[in-house]
Amino acid sequence: MLHIKCPHCGMRSQNEFSYGGDASVKRPELNKEVSDLEWDNFVYNRKSLRGKHWELWQHLSGCRQWIKVERDTATHEIFKTLKADQEIS
Amino acid sequence: MSQNFRLENIGLIDRNRKISFKFNGKIYYGYEGDTLASALLANGVHLVGRSFKYHRPRGFFGAGVDEPYAMVQLYRNGETEPNIKATEQELFEGLEATSVNCWPSVNFDIGAINNFLKIFLPAGFYYKTFMWPKSFWYKVYEPFIRKAAGLGVVSTKHDNERYEHKYEYCDLLITGSGPSGLASAYAAAKNGARVILAEDKARFGGTLLTSEVNIGNKSGKEWADGIISELKEMPNVVVKNRSQVFGYYDHNMLVMTERISDHLPKTKKFHPKQRLWYIRAKEVLISSGSIERPIVFGNNDTPGVMLSSAAKEYIKVYGVIVGKNPLIFTNNDSGYETAIEFKKNGIDTLILDTRKDPKSEIVQEAKNLGISIKFSYVVVAAKGYKKVKSADIAKISDDKEQLGKIENVKCDCICVSGFWTPTIHLASQSGNKTKFNEKIDAFVPGVSKQKETTIGAANGIYTLDETLKSSFETGHKLSKQIMNNDNKVSFPNVVEKKSTVHDKFWCVPLPKGKNYKRFLDFQNDVAVSDIEIALKEGYRSIEHVKRYTTLGMATDQGKTSNLNGLQLVSKIENKVVPAVGHTTFRPPYTPISIGAIVGREVGKHSKPTRKSPMHSWHEKNNAVFVDAGVWLRPRYYKQGDENLFEGSKREAKNVRTNVGVCDVTTLGKIDIKGPDAAELLNRVYTNAWLKLPVGKARYGVMLREDGIVMDDGTTTRISENHYHMTTTTAQAANVLSHLEYYLQLVWPELNVNVVSTTEQWAGAAIAGPKSRDLLQKLFPKSDVSNEGLPFMGYLEGDLFGVKARIFRISFSGELAYEVNVESNNGNFMWEKIIEVGQEFKIQPYGTEALSTLRIEMGHVAGSELDGRTIPYDNSLEGLVSKKKDFIGKRSLSRKAFTAEDRQKVVGVVPLDKKTSIPEGSHLVKDSNAQLPNPKLGYISASCWSVEHDNPFSLAILKNGKNMIGEKLFVMSPLKNKVIPVEIVSSHYVDPKGERVRS
Ligand SMILES: [Zn+2]
Repeated sequence: MLHIKCPHCGMRSQNEFSYGGDASVKRPELNKEVSDLEWDNFVYNRKSLRGKHWELWQHLSGCRQWIKVERDTATHEIFKTLKADQEIS
Repeated sequence: MSQNFRLENIGLIDRNRKISFKFNGKIYYGYEGDTLASALLANGVHLVGRSFKYHRPRGFFGAGVDEPYAMVQLYRNGETEPNIKATEQELFEGLEATSVNCWPSVNFDIGAINNFLKIFLPAGFYYKTFMWPKSFWYKVYEPFIRKAAGLGVVSTKHDNERYEHKYEYCDLLITGSGPSGLASAYAAAKNGARVILAEDKARFGGTLLTSEVNIGNKSGKEWADGIISELKEMPNVVVKNRSQVFGYYDHNMLVMTERISDHLPKTKKFHPKQRLWYIRAKEVLISSGSIERPIVFGNNDTPGVMLSSAAKEYIKVYGVIVGKNPLIFTNNDSGYETAIEFKKNGIDTLILDTRKDPKSEIVQEAKNLGISIKFSYVVVAAKGYKKVKSADIAKISDDKEQLGKIENVKCDCICVSGFWTPTIHLASQSGNKTKFNEKIDAFVPGVSKQKETTIGAANGIYTLDETLKSSFETGHKLSKQIMNNDNKVSFPNVVEKKSTVHDKFWCVPLPKGKNYKRFLDFQNDVAVSDIEIALKEGYRSIEHVKRYTTLGMATDQGKTSNLNGLQLVSKIENKVVPAVGHTTFRPPYTPISIGAIVGREVGKHSKPTRKSPMHSWHEKNNAVFVDAGVWLRPRYYKQGDENLFEGSKREAKNVRTNVGVCDVTTLGKIDIKGPDAAELLNRVYTNAWLKLPVGKARYGVMLREDGIVMDDGTTTRISENHYHMTTTTAQAANVLSHLEYYLQLVWPELNVNVVSTTEQWAGAAIAGPKSRDLLQKLFPKSDVSNEGLPFMGYLEGDLFGVKARIFRISFSGELAYEVNVESNNGNFMWEKIIEVGQEFKIQPYGTEALSTLRIEMGHVAGSELDGRTIPYDNSLEGLVSKKKDFIGKRSLSRKAFTAEDRQKVVGVVPLDKKTSIPEGSHLVKDSNAQLPNPKLGYISASCWSVEHDNPFSLAILKNGKNMIGEKLFVMSPLKNKVIPVEIVSSHYVDPKGERVRS
């Protein structure tokens, strides 16, 4: 079970969180014309990375904040966690 | 029966407390502090089971967790449990155990015929033979194997014992209380670290209990006792015996079972039987020691052949001699310790040492004691069937290939020592890349992946002095890192015998003309010849060899067999052992009971049960409940002996003719506040929300970004910047997370707050033509006329002194209202509605009637909004705004979603107006078409229409828009039904929606 540092609450067990997918995906702005490909890339197309990966988790059974977690998908090592409004560096 | 093999003055057992127990129906006696194994051995019982494949007689091989043979079926306090190691099970008064893997009895075993037919049972036998013919598997092989094999019987009764889970955090978790564990725990604890020290056995001290050493002028045991009692007094230390750390998981989380009551005749009141600990440790010190490994020789599985360290432990801990005429077979100094222990207790032994001329201190000591020793000698084969009677021995050449003349010596046990294998299981589980240590011929931990350090014998350090020194240092260093403290404890003086190198010898060659079985894996009956066959057949990877031969796959996980197996493969393949590599170690290190894993989460505790504030009223009024997610909801209120069908029909009919009331507390409710609340709703829902006036509700549909309908519900504008959203019961949690996602990550500029208020409000839906009359009586001060409270209107009212929210919304298609009060007033509201409703013939209705009402009026719900449908499919396209953007809108223009023959919800009526249609059935054009019959759609929900008094279903049908009036067939291969049906509009009742507006 992973041990995730919530930027709001501190170290917490994985079972308090729920996974929310790739954090690098940006939703196209509302009312903006987007091509099929652009939209497909947003909705469906994801790289299945082996290694460092920025992902979203929600501290569901805690502060309910969505957070950004940089995790190695192969080793589960967690390098960094950010608040929702902090940009991935 | 007397304990013929019990010594008088040695051991850690309590001779004042005699214990009676039963084994295979016979009564024996032992002492408190015995294991089942030591007590049986004290009584001279060596035959405890039969082997897995050949059903050869099996005795005891070890004295602890490494035991591959002595698995028993245990009976305790009316319960039974299989797969219990006799070497681990502590004796208690009234213990009963039986042998496993033997039928009909341990002495006469039908399966043993396999032993004489063993030519037919080589490696891979099961894979090869039982493949053909297929029908034989079910009829012949499987029943036979099930009966003749297996490691005991699982009880089918409910387990009345309690198992608990515990979560713990610490600075250092130390796994094993031998010298390295004690030294590191002591050093770290004295430096202020929070330490958990876990010992698998009942007694602390590990090898210190059995070795002749001196630490700080104390015996090993005295020193261990002193350290343990000091640790137990320290507030920053948790010391646990009978506790096995069995799994090493990600981010330094380890799992441990604590056997709290297994050693007692009966679990004490309010105590659990076992406790599972989830431990998150900053650092882990693996001090799990090492396990003696066997030397492979002919018939080395005969009862009476055992590890020399086990024989020593039986003497020193339990005061039991495993034989009166022992033969010691060793390739290192350890065998001598056992021989000396026997000698001290008046038993003469013969030592066979594979080494030519060892110069160890202890060899000299044995010589001085007058113990007979033969150098360059080996055991060729054990003789005897159910017990060792003698041994064929021979001199072996210096190159270890040639045997001399075979001699036969009488003996009643053979104590084997093939040197020591570090217990690296936990380190390997953590992801540590192990490496081969040539000096000790075994794998040791290499580069750590997680925060783990292996110390002492588990790290291949076999001298006490070095072990203690490095363990003290490691304990201090790690605690210093964590605590920033620097309190050092003084280091004791250590006296031990100097040992010399072992002989790299592990397998005795076969003498000419003999074909003895030489076993590598004792529990799974894997012999040298099996590995040879596997390699001949082309298996190369050690992982494949393992699976083909089952080497190291049994419940002992190859604790005694792994290395010898690797040695053999490396020899035949002419590769060095590290090139062969070892198989992966996985948790659990030892078998764990299912009960411990499950913990308290059994039966009703497996998930929470949510009840509405009106639950007790429902109970009192004969509600039959149904699980709706984690909620319990009334399905119908039973009157007399009516069944579900009759009851729900009565309730639904009463809604259509009079008035009914339904508990809708379970609907998800989300409070939305802030200046941008309307903007949020406008982006989340498919329809327009910016112009909804205060005091009005609106029905809305929300999509996922992929265009699929996520949920539907009504949202009401309570005041300028305050909205009350309802969701379906099932999606309540997901919708909240969905809103939070967009507010926190995508549109943080929106000034809105959302919070779940599902628990804060109790809800009652009042539906039926007489509902307005009832409502007026409930709220005499409010104007609830069609003008005062129009369809989709909202009012705040006073319900006999209780503040209430009144929504004019309808799920049933009738004139209907929903009344909400604060949860603690829920029951009051309900009782008032029932009481005042009497004159209008009110009846409560459950989820079944609720479903009937919504199905026949074509209101889509969870079974249509099933995560596969878009608004169009549900005839909700009218709610999809063309003007504004919203979540998922762009996906709706996908080609498949705009296809001319896109699926759409329709109504389905059987032509005979009688046959009810099973949900999940398929719709086809031709019921006799060739298979696979093209599927046009599926039945999503079925009911008995109370309005038309015939069956009615909703279906999602391809090209549904153009199918009204078509005749199709419903096919349910599951229910074996073919029903001719007609496709009709999904709005089977009041298609213009006049009633809700009346
Ligand atoms: Zn948090």
